[in-house]
Amino acid sequence: MAMPNSIFGHPAIDCDVHIAVPNTAALMPYLDAYWYDAFRSRGIEKTSFTLTGDPPNTPLAARPDWRPKSGKPGSDLELLRSQALDGFGSSFAIANCLFGGMALHSEDLAAVMCKAVNDWVADTWLDKEPRLRASILVPQQSPELAVEEIERRAHDKRFVQITLLAMGNELLGRRSLWPIYEVAVRHNLPIGVHAGGLYHHPTLNGWGSFFLEDYVANAFAFENQVVSLVCEGAFAKFPDLKVVLIESGVTWLPASMWRLNKTWRGVRPEIPWVKQVPSELVRQHIRLTLQPFDEPEGSGRLERFVEQMQSDQLILFSTDFPHWHFDGKDALPLSPSSPLAPKILYQNALDTYPRLTETTSVPAFAPKEISP
Amino acid sequence: MSIVTAERPKAQRPQRQKLSVVDCDIHPGFSTPDEIHPFLPERWREHVKTFGGHYRQAFADTLSHPRMAPEVSRADAWPPKGPPGSDLEFMRAQHLDANGVEYGMLMPLNRGPGNQRNLGYGAALATAVNDWQIAKWVTPEPRLRASIVVTQEDPEAAIAEIEKRAGDERFAQIMLPPRSLEPLGRKRYWPIYEAAVAAKRPLALHVGGINGYPATASGYPSYYIEEQHTNVQGMQQLVTSLVLEGVFERFPQLRVVLVEGGIAWMPALKWRLDKHYKRLKAEVPHLKRLPSEYIHDHIWLTTQPLDEPDKDSDLAETFELVGSDRIMFSTDYPHWDFDDPRFVLSKLTLSPEKQQAILAGNARALYGLK
Repeated sequence: MAMPNSIFGHPAIDCDVHIAVPNTAALMPYLDAYWYDAFRSRGIEKTSFTLTGDPPNTPLAARPDWRPKSGKPGSDLELLRSQALDGFGSSFAIANCLFGGMALHSEDLAAVMCKAVNDWVADTWLDKEPRLRASILVPQQSPELAVEEIERRAHDKRFVQITLLAMGNELLGRRSLWPIYEVAVRHNLPIGVHAGGLYHHPTLNGWGSFFLEDYVANAFAFENQVVSLVCEGAFAKFPDLKVVLIESGVTWLPASMWRLNKTWRGVRPEIPWVKQVPSELVRQHIRLTLQPFDEPEGSGRLERFVEQMQSDQLILFSTDFPHWHFDGKDALPLSPSSPLAPKILYQNALDTYPRLTETTSVPAFAPKEISP
Repeated sequence: MSIVTAERPKAQRPQRQKLSVVDCDIHPGFSTPDEIHPFLPERWREHVKTFGGHYRQAFADTLSHPRMAPEVSRADAWPPKGPPGSDLEFMRAQHLDANGVEYGMLMPLNRGPGNQRNLGYGAALATAVNDWQIAKWVTPEPRLRASIVVTQEDPEAAIAEIEKRAGDERFAQIMLPPRSLEPLGRKRYWPIYEAAVAAKRPLALHVGGINGYPATASGYPSYYIEEQHTNVQGMQQLVTSLVLEGVFERFPQLRVVLVEGGIAWMPALKWRLDKHYKRLKAEVPHLKRLPSEYIHDHIWLTTQPLDEPDKDSDLAETFELVGSDRIMFSTDYPHWDFDDPRFVLSKLTLSPEKQQAILAGNARALYGLK
């Protein structure tokens, strides 16, 4: 498929932009009668469910020039069009809508929230902007209900991945979550693991004091998840599973692999299903979105990352719009004339997300049941 | 008939005689489980016989992820009697003499005084372990240095212990577990840091501890290999907390040694802290400098387990990015993942001066060793 060039002189696919549900009331049209009544009578409709880990007014939450005049960052389609899509000349952008309601302890309520958000995203964003793609939000607390939601939404090819959070009830490699991966592989949906968490202690030493501390700790959580996915055997069980780490910081990965490879050489009889050195499995299965890219500005770490990971296929361009990680158009810490640029800007995304170019319209009807 | 044997050349043992090493992580062991009891007051001796240790985990006598070797140790590190690390003669022959160890820092993990839920028992145990280090190890073997083991959840007892030992130069540093009930940067622990500065001792934070929190923000990992890897996140979190809470702003003399965390994770952590600090500095106005600057001025790292990239040049670059003046050699003797000083740095293209600084010079300077 022909894609126009971005501002970087190659086509671009932005693999992480954020859109926001303006308020819980916006979800009311997507509830059945029971939940509609419950949201009304319990005051849920008027609760914001702002996540502790995602306060909307911090400088990180929105670049000054990307912050809407009113409402939450990421709640304005026109801004997304002009700043993210047109601004960089991206052919596609994959939206992540992290609505706080997914972190509720009630699995049922979380599932209802996720379902409503997905339908709202389809109606409010995807129907209006053909360059936009989205991620299926699922109740991570309940693999059973998560699978149900994926099956319900999978017919709509504009949903190109499944969202899980870096900090959840369980490590992502655990077998109890494998039903999610089974259905993901069957529908050609990568798992997008996004920074953020449900409600547990952010680090193994408990609760720190600062938002900054928690934000930094997301990289540790991603590291835990990579180790878990490799060591618990998820990739051995699902050879076609792809996992995209979204908003991970990226540059921690090579050192993490050096350590894991070394430990694996020493204790691999504990996990006999891992038959390759872990970094090889990571190269096959893990992808990472670009922003935020943790480095001292202009230090050339992106080229070094590619050399150290011995693969140019791992990084997927992203702006993380409207979050503030860079100024102006400096989203690509690399010379656009580098041979890596087209890989990072769009080719790796096309290889990772098979659904990306499959359709620009919704199928006429949703099949009620999908047999495996 | 006579048998003529040609004289065989001695086995090649590269550099063995030339090494001059300060080993910043040696684990001393009990010969028998109750070896510590004579060092405890009667009241706590009776207590431990009746109730034993009491931890924030399922098991009273072992960690929750069985290791891949008995006593987590090298198969060849078992002395004729007793567990690895428990026999001074054997340790001398196998490690101190053989590997040119001029000084060795004892890192007693025995029974984890800082992790005891009964604070009174924890404090008594810390005192006992400190007396035991002097009696069993440091007095007969002057190459060894003790660590002042303290209970971080009882700062009052910790300070008393630090003050009691401060005059004894054989105690090189103060040791507490990084996996505390709260991140170690939090103010409840600051009185301990004040005492450390007054006693002119670095803090040694050896990976591990049992604080009741699962080892990840997503719960307990299933396997030892995963849990082992969380030692890295423990160190990353520790650095993050100490820096962001302003500990080094409040205690400019405080020096911290991270033991058994390896080193390669540090550059990316510095980049991450600096980058996001710039955006969110309004939340931490008590900081006056970049996080990476505090880190370089206050934090030392020990090498083991030395990360092993496929390309040696990546490791050499890592030493520079961490700061080779802040890296100190360690073996983790007698544990299974022991790094052998004869080989571990040999592939690196470090200058002889830097190599010697890492093997011994940096530790000599930090600990004031002759």
